[in-house]
Amino acid sequence: MSFECNNMRTESPKSKIVVRNLNFYYGQTHALKNISMEIPEYRVTAFIGPSGCGKSTLLRTFNKIYKIYPNQRATGEILLDGVDILQNVSDLNRLRARVGMVFQQPTPFPMSIYDNIAFGVRLYESLKNIEMDERVEWALHKAALWDEVKDILHRSGNSLSGGQQQRLCIARAIAVRPEVLLLDEPASALDPISTARIENLMTELKKDYTIVIVTHNMQQAARVSDFTAYMYLGELIEFAGTELIFTRPQRRETEDYITGKFG
Amino acid sequence: MVSLPTRRRLINLASQIGSVLTVCFGLFWLGWILLTLLKHGIPGLNLSIFTQMTPPPGSRGGLLNAIAGSFILVMVSTVIGTPIGILAGTYLAEYGGTGWLSPTTRFMNDILLSAPSIVIGLFVYEVYVVHSRHFSALAGSFALGLLVIPIVVRTTENMLKLVPNRLREAAAALGAPQWRIIARITLRASRAGIITGILLAVARISGETAPLLFTALNNQFWSSNINRPMANLPVTISEYAMSPYKDWHDLAWAGALLITLGVLGLNILARTFFRQSRAGN
Repeated sequence: MSFECNNMRTESPKSKIVVRNLNFYYGQTHALKNISMEIPEYRVTAFIGPSGCGKSTLLRTFNKIYKIYPNQRATGEILLDGVDILQNVSDLNRLRARVGMVFQQPTPFPMSIYDNIAFGVRLYESLKNIEMDERVEWALHKAALWDEVKDILHRSGNSLSGGQQQRLCIARAIAVRPEVLLLDEPASALDPISTARIENLMTELKKDYTIVIVTHNMQQAARVSDFTAYMYLGELIEFAGTELIFTRPQRRETEDYITGKFG
Repeated sequence: MVSLPTRRRLINLASQIGSVLTVCFGLFWLGWILLTLLKHGIPGLNLSIFTQMTPPPGSRGGLLNAIAGSFILVMVSTVIGTPIGILAGTYLAEYGGTGWLSPTTRFMNDILLSAPSIVIGLFVYEVYVVHSRHFSALAGSFALGLLVIPIVVRTTENMLKLVPNRLREAAAALGAPQWRIIARITLRASRAGIITGILLAVARISGETAPLLFTALNNQFWSSNINRPMANLPVTISEYAMSPYKDWHDLAWAGALLITLGVLGLNILARTFFRQSRAGN
């Protein structure tokens, strides 16, 4: 179902993120090799490929989260709305507020459900109590979690189930109203029902956000994404519309991976 | 030749018996200590222990001033030592990085952790008591505080390192600056462990005698002035136990029992606290 509407909209979306000649190193290890690509705005872009191919590494350059670790570095260009975020070192935290991220494992903070969401909002906005209440409710609605937690907002985020925790993390990322949402295998630790919910959520969220998702699950990539990038050993092998990648891949390696001959 | 499963079962049995015996050996001495303390301490325990001052030989009295003094000394030294310990431990775990400062600090801290407490007492005597020209509870608190610091540094660092990095990443991904991640997320996630460390440090210093001998000294009378010598349980116990008087001996035993029960209580409190917060979190 997503395919038809995707095709109508894939005419010429504006590029939100432009990557040019990106190389990435873990110490001496050369993990990304000359990656160039354009991530379209208000679309879901999926990165697929076997373990260790660099898809998560690539995702982690978009909000420069790798900067936490001193021996990791990137060279090249990553333009967010035309501004190079690798060159521009002025405000890392502002960048991360614009480019939100959800991780593979749910990471609720050790505080109440309400505060989990308010934490990020308080960093950049000083809202009145009632506005904060509204924001929390809005984010939880967006993440399809409100109905399940509206009566237990004061309870610890750790008391939720795994699937609920992951949606809490998505709500937390949405609450700061980022422009881009990076999802690093967000459903790999979840059961099929929670996974389906998160996939539906992505289709819903792309109206307002540019979404990039890393996934091991090719069906998931086919279901939720508009564009798909296949990566292998740190290189971008093929990047095109999802339908094209899954029906008429241009490269032999992509076809082998997708048809399960390899990987 | 015994078959492999039988041999494994025998080895398992042997190591099991070995460990149980070792545990019994350790517990035996602990039990003996407690029994001795109870046997000698209980006769001396009565209400006057908590209501009367330490007496001169031959007259009746209690340990009120020593109990109160110990309480004040432990309180003040915890207040001095805890913030320094937590901040230093936080530096080691969160900011340390790869420079020379944190390995050096860690090494010095380990030395401080294993330094004989009498050395700490002498040190405070030399740098503080000599210059202020009188013994004081404050000097005693400095000495005890120096014992608190390394314990709190160690536990704070270890507990912070147990916090998974993905929690830090998640907070950083929201745009939180590092100090805020530490204050709101990682310290909070490890607070149960850190509080446990503080309680264990308190338990450790509440029985220390040596650091107080040259600092807080002792006081036969009630004193709540931390600039004057102050009575305290450990020094009182050692003084009374070494005396030739029977009634002083009884008081010393009672005091020893009190300290032991207090430390036991603190340890139990620390354990339940740690367990509860870990389960609830």
